[in-house]
Formats: sequence, structure tokens, C-alpha cells
Amino acid sequence: MIRLTVNGQSHDVEVPTYRTLLDCLRYDLGLTGSKEGCSVGVCGACTVLLDGKMISSCIALAVFADGREVTTVEGLAEDERLHPVQQAFMDAGGFQCGICTPGQVVAAKALLDAIPNPSDTEIREWMLGNLCRCTGYYKIVESIRAAAQPSRA
Amino acid sequence: MNAFDYRAPRTLDEALASLQEYGDDARVIAGGTALVTMMRQRLVQPRCVVSLRDVEGLGRIEARNGAVRLGALVTHREAETSPLLQERLPVLAETFRRVGTIRIRNMATVGGALAHADPNQDPPVTLIALDASVEIQRAGGRRELPIAAFFRDYYEPALEPGELVTAVTVPLLPPASGASFIKFLPRTADDYATVAVAVTVTLEPDGKRCREARIALGSVATTPLRGRAAEALLAGARLDESLVKSVGEAAKGEVDPLDDHRGSAAYKREMSAVMVGRALTQAWARARGAAREAE
Repeated sequence: MIRLTVNGQSHDVEVPTYRTLLDCLRYDLGLTGSKEGCSVGVCGACTVLLDGKMISSCIALAVFADGREVTTVEGLAEDERLHPVQQAFMDAGGFQCGICTPGQVVAAKALLDAIPNPSDTEIREWMLGNLCRCTGYYKIVESIRAAAQPSRA
Repeated sequence: MNAFDYRAPRTLDEALASLQEYGDDARVIAGGTALVTMMRQRLVQPRCVVSLRDVEGLGRIEARNGAVRLGALVTHREAETSPLLQERLPVLAETFRRVGTIRIRNMATVGGALAHADPNQDPPVTLIALDASVEIQRAGGRRELPIAAFFRDYYEPALEPGELVTAVTVPLLPPASGASFIKFLPRTADDYATVAVAVTVTLEPDGKRCREARIALGSVATTPLRGRAAEALLAGARLDESLVKSVGEAAKGEVDPLDDHRGSAAYKREMSAVMVGRALTQAWARARGAAREAE
């Protein structure tokens, strides 16, 4: 039995020791926003925050998150209002097929938490672990820039 | 993944007792980036996983007797962003910064990267060039090993069942020294290197001749390795084009690369000379800068 705080809500979950955090979120808690892409921590589709730091949930054990705080894409919007990063991805068209988007959005939130007004280089360095096979990344960088500085967008 | 017992001890002694109890059947998990990936691929199927997550006292970076000591649970990200490391051993902070992605660096630990003994990893290369030593503990015992002796074979560290890497101690460079870590990445920035090289150079007080140098290479053999034949050409030498060339040639004779999708063995061998030459030139320039500053 582990206790996770996910998006501010505490959950007691019975998991086998080999359960990944990603599977626990998706199948035990029904939070299917985080996706499984590469399964080896490279593509970024499963990006979540653990105690505020971004990690690959596909290669983290659920037991590793016991007693900690997890933030997933489902936890970003407040009530009906999208998080500024989500809104910016909508406005600037920072996605096409959408499979990588939850990971992109969570990684971008972590970036702006750490560096509120990042340069393009800082955006690209931070986001290099979140792969997108549709957009060519320009719109993603643009979305993050817009989220950081709504006035300049 | 297979089913396994999971232990989450709170003290080092408890962790060492669990490792002793399970011996060869136990695997240690710290950040888990390497172990979970290998377990998911069924390359490793331990009966027990001992987590260090809650063990106190292994996560510190501290200055100590002319060295910096990194606890085994320091993450790559903590090492990379540590003001102490950035100031005292910038080449090591930079090396950790070049590993994988921030997500991986947030989880992967200093001790885990050593115990994993993957010859494609970056930190061991720089740690060898800096002549670091690895602190190893088991129930009722403790030993230190020069890092160059720590890597036995492909994914095989010099750890006996029951032993745990608890820290790595990295001596500071003497005055008039410079260091460089470079890696060749033909695919993506977060990939393993085709060839990685770290070089440290210490000059004589005249700032012209080399007093001591160390050269280490990664991704070019079943372990990261030290290029001793190449180093031997440097003692007392002055830097010029022919020296750079002959040191690179000597390094080629010391590597034994494997063919893979990052390059053929022959290509990696050639690139070893190129990369050693570049790293040597950069480290030497930095050493000269440090010597000038000291005047």
C-alpha cells in the first residue's frame, strides 16, 4: 500500500512492487493524460512532476513516489480555467496529433516554474527531451514563449 | 517486469544488512533510471530491490581536504547545478550537465551511474581524468578504490555481493591546471556519445611544459578507460601540432571499440584520436590561462 498525493489529492493505492508510476496513474487512478511512448525514458510523453521536478514516469516505480506529490497534466487547469501554458499551446497551435502534448505541457510548466522568462536557447535546452513528430517544434517554442510573456505573443 | 521484494531502509546500516541478506539476488535502486529500464527489458530480474530513497546522509556535496566529496545519492541535476562543484570542478559540473535530459538528471544519481558501469556514460570518463576514488561500504566494512580500477568489464563494476557505492571523492586540480570534457554526438544531444574524452593538464610553473596529464575515454571499449600510453607522451612536453597528433595516435592504440549504430569500431578508433586532440588542446589552453592568472 502506498500513499500518493496526485494533483493535490491524496490516494492510498495497493500496487505490486513492479508497478511503474505511469501505470499506477493510468490504470489505478484513471489519469490517462500521461502517455506511454518509448518506455525507456527518452520521448517525454510520460513526463510528470514528482515533488515539483519533472521525471519520466515510465521508468519510475510507483513505490518510489510513495509519500510524495505528483503533478500530471490533469492537475494544471484550475476549475474550468486552463493553465497559462495550456492556453498558450491552444492559442499558438503548439500541437498537431496531440500524443506528446501532455508531456510537452507538463515539461513547459516545470520550465516556467524554474525560469519564468526563458530565452529561446533555454526553452530548447529544457524541452529537448520531449519529442514531437508533427510540429517541427517551432510552434511549441512559440507557445512557451507566449505563456512566459503573454504581452509579447 | 518480474515480481520482487522491495525494501526501503531508512539507514545505511539497514540497507547494508539487506544487501548482505540477499547477496547476489539483490539489486540496489537509487534513481532507477538504469535499473528500471533494464528490468522492463528483462535484462535484470532481481529477487529483491533495496531502495536507497529514504536513506539519510548520502545526498551531500561537500568540500573536504582539497577534494570534493559527492554522496552516492546526489542526482546528476544537483551535481550540475551545485555552486560548489561549478566553482571548484567546473569540468565535472559540465559533464553531469551533458548527460541525457533534465528528466533523467533529476533522477539518476552519482553512485548509480558508477555502479551501473555502462561504458557509454559520461561521468566516469571525467572522474577518471580527475583521478577520483570510489567509496564502497558493506556490512561491517569500508574501502576506497581508485576509479580507474572500479570498472571491470561491460556493466561489471568492482563490487562484491553486499557492497554499495556510498560516495565518490574528487581531488581538486593543482594550480596551473586545466580540464576538458567533450563528446561526439552525431545523432541527438541526449544520446550516448560515439566517443567521449576527458583530459586534465597540469603545467610546470613556467606555464609551458606539461608536468602531468590524464586522459580518459568513454564509449570506446567495454569499460571507460584511461589512456596511459597517450599520457606518457605528455610529461615534460611542450604543446605543438605534432604532439597533439602523436598523443591522438597513441590513444587510438588503447581503445577497443564495438560496432554499433553510433559508429563502426574503425570509425570510433579514428574519432578517438580526433577527440583526444581536441580535448587536449582545450585543457592545455585552460591550464595556460590558469598559469597566467597565478602570475
